[in-house]
Formats: sequence, structure tokens, C-alpha cells
Amino acid sequence: MKISNLDIRKLWVPGSLLVILGLMSTLTLYASIYTVILITSILMYINLTVSWVIFSAPTRYISLAPAAFFGIGIYTSASLGTELPLVLVILIGALLSSCLALLIGALTLRLRGIYFTVFTFGLVELIKHLLLWYEIKFTGTRGRFVILVDNNTIYHTMLIILVVLLITAYLIRRSKYGLALWSIGEFEDAAAHSGVNVNALKTITFAVSASFMGATGAIMATRWTYVDPYIAFKAFYSFMVVLMAAFGGMGQLYGPVVGAAIFAYLEEVLITKFPYYYMLAFGLILLIVILFIPDGLAGVIDNWQEKRKGKQHANP
Amino acid sequence: MFVTFLEIVIAGLLLGGLYALIAMGLSLQYGVARILNISHGEFIMLGALTTWTLQGSLGINPLLALAVCGPLAFILGFILHRTLFRYLLSSSETSDIFEANSMLASFGLFFVIQNLALIAWGPEIRGYSYLAFPVNIGGALFGANRLVTAGFAIVIGVAFYLFLARTRMGKAIRAAAQDPTTAGLMGVNINHVLALCFGFGAALASIAGMLISMVYPVHGVMGLEYTVIAIIVVVLGGLGSILGSFIGGFLLGIIGSIVTYIDPGLSLVAYYLIFTILLLVRPTGIMGK
Repeated sequence: MKISNLDIRKLWVPGSLLVILGLMSTLTLYASIYTVILITSILMYINLTVSWVIFSAPTRYISLAPAAFFGIGIYTSASLGTELPLVLVILIGALLSSCLALLIGALTLRLRGIYFTVFTFGLVELIKHLLLWYEIKFTGTRGRFVILVDNNTIYHTMLIILVVLLITAYLIRRSKYGLALWSIGEFEDAAAHSGVNVNALKTITFAVSASFMGATGAIMATRWTYVDPYIAFKAFYSFMVVLMAAFGGMGQLYGPVVGAAIFAYLEEVLITKFPYYYMLAFGLILLIVILFIPDGLAGVIDNWQEKRKGKQHANP
Repeated sequence: MFVTFLEIVIAGLLLGGLYALIAMGLSLQYGVARILNISHGEFIMLGALTTWTLQGSLGINPLLALAVCGPLAFILGFILHRTLFRYLLSSSETSDIFEANSMLASFGLFFVIQNLALIAWGPEIRGYSYLAFPVNIGGALFGANRLVTAGFAIVIGVAFYLFLARTRMGKAIRAAAQDPTTAGLMGVNINHVLALCFGFGAALASIAGMLISMVYPVHGVMGLEYTVIAIIVVVLGGLGSILGSFIGGFLLGIIGSIVTYIDPGLSLVAYYLIFTILLLVRPTGIMGK
């Protein structure tokens, strides 16, 4: 009895994940165009948030660079989209983003804590204004048109990126590199003394995380048809990603996924009708999460499960 | 040639006065209270829009709006620190965690304040005309309102600096900036001082907002741009150094003025470039130790 119980429990998680994946990958066959577009936007935020969590959750380096990597993906699409096939454009977007991340990583090795955050924030603005200046001065236009791709292709590409991303995040979490990353977050000097190559690990993980953001940007750009530096390099994306991760909770991999899904859905539904009230609620929720539920939704669920387990084992 | 030179330098000083005031406010909040207040610019916006309302609907002289904006922002800031940040301070295990948490909380505040203002005032760009006649300084022409703005900024900046340097309360604030734990052991009521700093920071921001509204158009989303400039100046001047922020403000103003003369599109690029290079080469700033 007990053995079969265990087997079912073990199969429950991968089984339900497979069912969800099956439903998601065939979505375009049975759902309306509106639903597909909506879920594409949600997937975009999930991609960005999960990528962010790969680096920032374990190391506790709050990066506000997502908007930079996302924007580089967008501009890769905008400048190469007409000349190269889509797959190649996405790969180049990922590559360019990770190159920038390697550069930032190498430059900011000495910056700790809040300085790193401030630096990454400034970087987004630097790229934005530099690009704007370049566009006006040399190309003579402010924005660019992006090649159109049909909605189903965008959706499927986004889904593929998410699956690869989740597998990567899961493998990193389970590996010794994941452990080393968490040890950096706990106490960086101690981690270094314990034989963790802190600098290399931080930089490479940052680049891995950036590459997924770049890929997401490259495919998302094709839906917008027109982009300019203000659209592509919006600091707001960085803030959203941080909030979504904090709200969902970073202790578990599903935390950021759930957090991003909830907020992305709310944004899609509310932002056109009540933009100010939506953003107001957004700020209030952020405050409440930081004050009262620092471990996010995943933390609350973990606690609840611990309590339930505790009750099961306790003698009545 | 000389007139051009004079024009650039004075324009830089005029801009720098505002930057210095904004940065001094953030320097108190970040340098002393350890809160990288992303919502700093929102207090500027509140000050600017309040002044616009007082000027437009009641016909009050913008400079007199100081008596309303300053105290109101101070009370708001003081209460925010006493409730929100005080709670975070007690729940964060280390100062690093507090810095991260308080910054995230200020993101929340940023959205809350900005959108409350947008609901109250709407998204329109506002402005009014005050002392908008040119004044001739050695051949270079400047708007009288800009001169008054810069003069006021310098007076308030210097007055505040004297307050920090000469009074008992100022000494307590400087002690808290250097070492909060030891200052607490020496009998400084640290929570009170930190809340005061946050309140003063908000008040300075709001006064800067009042001055900005006399020269530039104001609107609900103007804040972040000034927050960023404040962060750059604070890092430039050195974390925790009020004097550094004051000098850094003028320095950035002059740099901005020079770059604007060469190519107006590059001024923000130059700010960020200086900022990134500074963080990499000398993160402690010009006055930092």
C-alpha cells in the first residue's frame, strides 16, 4: 500500500507538468486569437522573471538590468529581423545579451549590494539615451519597424524558450553550481574561502540569465511592429520583474512562475481600463509583500505544508 | 568667446544649484538612513504640483508655497520612516538586507505616490509663468526665474549645511551617518534621528520641486528623471557626505551645461557615462573616504 502511494506521489508532479505542457503546446488549436495573445504576454513576463531569478535569487544581487537585456533582444530583432531567419535572430539576441552580461559581470566584480543595483539601473538608461542619440544623429529616425511574425509562431517560440529556461533553471538549482550560488548569497567571502570561484560563477550565471532575456526580447519585438529606444529600454520592465519574483517567492522554482503569471494577467486585463489604479495596487502589493510576506507566495505555501506535515506526524 | 564661456558656466551653476538641493535630500536618506529612496523624485513632483495648484487656484506666490510644501513633505517623510522603514529596520537581519528591502519598499512607494498624483492631478503637463523676463549678466542672457531658483537653492543648501555643521541635532545626524550603532550608544536617539533625516530629505525634495515648477513644466511622471540625477550626484559626491553632494551637484550641472553646448542629445548620456565610470573606478566618490 505504502509503496504504491509513494509511486503515485512521485509521478504526480512530472505527470501534471506534462499535461500542462501538452495543453499549452496545442493551445493554438482550440483557443481564440485573443487568448493566444494574452498568454504570449504572460509567458513573456514569466520568461523574464524566471531568468532574473536564476541569478538574483540565490546571489541576492538585485539586478535592474533585465530591461537592458530585453531591449537588446528587441533591437536585434529590429535591425536584423528582415535579413535573417527568425531562429537565427533569436539566437543572436541571446548571444548579444549574454556578451553584454559578461562585460557587466567582469566590470562590476568589485561592486557589492546596492552599488550593483544602482549600476545596472544606470546601465539601462545609458544604453537607452546612447541609442536614441545614435538613431537621431546617424539613421535620422527615432524608431524602427520590426518584421511581422504571426501570433501562433510567436506563442510557440515563447513557449519553447520557457521550457528550455525552466529546464536550465531546474538543473542549475540541483547542481553543485546552484549550491555555490546560494552560498554566495549567504556569505560571499566565506564562499570564496570554501573554494567557490565566486567571480567566474557570478559572471557566467549572469550571462546565462541574460541570454534568455535577450531571446525573449527578440521574439517579443516581432509583435510590436514598431520600436524606439523608449519602448525597448523601459526601466519599468526591470521593476516589474523584481516585483513579480518577490511576490511569487524565490525559494521555489514555481514561485516566480506563479507571481509573473498573476501580475501579467492583471496587467493585461486592467492596464487599459484603469492604468493608475492598477499601478497603485501594484505599488501597494509590493509594499505589503516586502513588509509582511518576505518569502512571497511560495514561502506561504511552504510554511503551510510544513505545518500540515507537522500535524500528521504529531501524536494526537 | 568670453560670453559663450560665461554663458556655459552660469547655466551650469544655475542647473547645479537645483541638482545640489535634490542630491542633498537623497544624501540624507541614502547616506544616513541607508534608504536608496527611489521615490525621492516623487516628493519633488508633489512639491512642484502643489506649488502649481497653489499658484493657479489661489494665486499664491510660488516662493511662498515653500511654507506649505516643505513642512508637509517633512511630516509625510517622517511618518513614512516611523512606520514603514522602522518596521523594515527591525525585521531585517543585517544592514545589507535592510538596504535591499528598503530600496524595494521605496519602489512600492514610487508607484503609490506617482499614481495617486496622476489620479489627483491627471496626466497633463502643467506650467505657469513667473518672473519670466531676461536678465543680462556680462552679455549673457538668463531668465530671472532661473536666477531666483538657483539663488534660493544655494541659500537653502547653505542654511541646511550650517544646520548640520553647527547645531546639536546636526551633530547627531552626522554621528548617525558615520556609525549608527556607536552613535546610539553615545545617547543619540537613533530612530528619531533617522526619521528626521528621511523627513528632511523629503522636505528638501519638495522645496526643489517648488523651485523646478517656476522654470520647467511639471507633470505626474517627472519624478524618476530627478531621482536618477540625485543618485548620480550622491555617488559623485560620495556616499554620506552632504558637502560632497552639494559640490557634486554643481559639478554635474557644469558638466551637463558643457555637454549640452557641444551636443544637447548627449547630456544624459554623459551623466550616465560619468556615473558608470565613477562606480567602477571610484565608488566612494569625490569626497568619500
